[in-house]
Amino acid sequence: MYEHKAEVVIIGGGPAGLAAAVSACDNGADGVLVLERDREAGGILQQCIHNGFGLHHFKQELTGPGYAGRYLQQVKERPNINVMLNTMVLSVAEDKTIMAVNPQYGVMRIAAKAVIFTMGCRERTRGAIRIPGTRPAGVFTAGAAQRMVNMEGYLPGKKLVILGSGDIGLIMARRMMLEGAEVQAALEIMPYCNGLTRNVVQCLEDYGIPLYLSHTIVAIHGKDRVSGVTCARVDEKMQPIAGTEFDLECDCLLLSVGLIPENELSRELGLTMDPLTAGPVVDQLRQTSLPGFFAAGNVVHVHDLVDFVSEEGEIAGKYAARYAAGVLPTDGPVALVKATDGIRTAVPQVIRLNADDTATLRLYMRASKPERQVTLVISSGDQTLLERKLPVAKPGEMIVAEIPADKRGAIKDSITVVLKH
Amino acid sequence: MEEKRRISCIVCPVSCVGEVTVVEGKATGVSGFTCPRGQAYAMEEVTAPKRTLTSTVRIDGGELPLLPVVSQHPLPKDRIIECARCLATVRVAAPIQEGEVICADILGLKVNIVASRNMEAVH
Repeated sequence: MYEHKAEVVIIGGGPAGLAAAVSACDNGADGVLVLERDREAGGILQQCIHNGFGLHHFKQELTGPGYAGRYLQQVKERPNINVMLNTMVLSVAEDKTIMAVNPQYGVMRIAAKAVIFTMGCRERTRGAIRIPGTRPAGVFTAGAAQRMVNMEGYLPGKKLVILGSGDIGLIMARRMMLEGAEVQAALEIMPYCNGLTRNVVQCLEDYGIPLYLSHTIVAIHGKDRVSGVTCARVDEKMQPIAGTEFDLECDCLLLSVGLIPENELSRELGLTMDPLTAGPVVDQLRQTSLPGFFAAGNVVHVHDLVDFVSEEGEIAGKYAARYAAGVLPTDGPVALVKATDGIRTAVPQVIRLNADDTATLRLYMRASKPERQVTLVISSGDQTLLERKLPVAKPGEMIVAEIPADKRGAIKDSITVVLKH
Repeated sequence: MEEKRRISCIVCPVSCVGEVTVVEGKATGVSGFTCPRGQAYAMEEVTAPKRTLTSTVRIDGGELPLLPVVSQHPLPKDRIIECARCLATVRVAAPIQEGEVICADILGLKVNIVASRNMEAVH
């Protein structure tokens, strides 16, 4: 069997993995190996051909491939980084032995000193939301359709309905219109849109596509191919209301109904998971519950902007390099971060109190529901660490707040995050 | 004739919804936006809305059958579909470098359409 060794092994060559690789290399890791399943690195960015990426990180507006290209260039300039393509990781053991397979080497064993999980996330499917009806061809997740249209040269349909108001679904509505297809409507079960306002304006309103809030699909019709869907309004408990049904004709249904972090490897390894983010619990260095295993990007929690994914990758890369060099303390006192009223998730979930004090204590949070004129309060015991007025809070957009350096000393064994009216 | 147009602002996450008063095709007043940037955006949306266009063109001999492209500057909103139709007829050959001009001065609008990634040739 082919044997391979690297100081830092990174699983997944998307934006988080590439940023982690560059950062691990720049922080002294001697031998960084990126394992990527696809035929090229860059991850989902390569199919996101629209613009709007990089405003935070590169201070300019880039397309998805443009953003990926910048990181691919940085990787290319660093001979210490090896990217292995067409490579599928089969298992990861606690002793940091990774089993993987690719057409070049067959099954191989890789010995690592530190491992970074950057596997990203997957789309929820029809099965995950249990839509009744027949099972014809023509039902796709929005991301799968995006890959067909933008990279492979297939049009998944000519008359579409989109279920869900996630950004990928909205972006695909416009994309299909530009390719000459017709988009009948987008439907969202929640009473608010999950995507960015910019996308509602530029992808739906620009093309006269109606967005039905508090609506869902109650049946899919068609024998071999989708022929239409039955839609209905839902009540406060998200149950369809009898008598509100209407039919839409279509030959294609796209689902944009949420993303789930891809954590089969993390679960098998036994990492402690956060049931709300569906990702591993991490500390501010992006180290998981097992020393030497790090995680960053959408595998930890689904982000709104790739810029924050890169930022997280950089943190994980830096501390994985330190761990590999044997200079990262792995025990000591911790504070647990608790998301309470108004906040659904907060990452990192653990703050290591004896860790490198140059590491940022930036919290990434998501609101439970849309709010206006609220105050974000981060506290520990009876000490307020940060208070900030938010004119709006939307579940679709992350709230990012940094605990000021001069408040670090006030952190006890837990931190509470809350939105107050 | 006076007309009121409802505009959702996209400048910042506050997402104000306001109104622009239009008289004979000219914006004469604006209300409901909480900042000057929002007011300026709303006025432009009514008088001369612009959009960046991203699409794909066919590519021969490349790693993929399609090359993603982007307009170097925003284009008039009412010409976007026409520009997309125009790009559907364009065919290029690999290799292509990111930033290379794929369609110069599209429809005479003085905006270039450029490649948004590198595309190697496959042998």
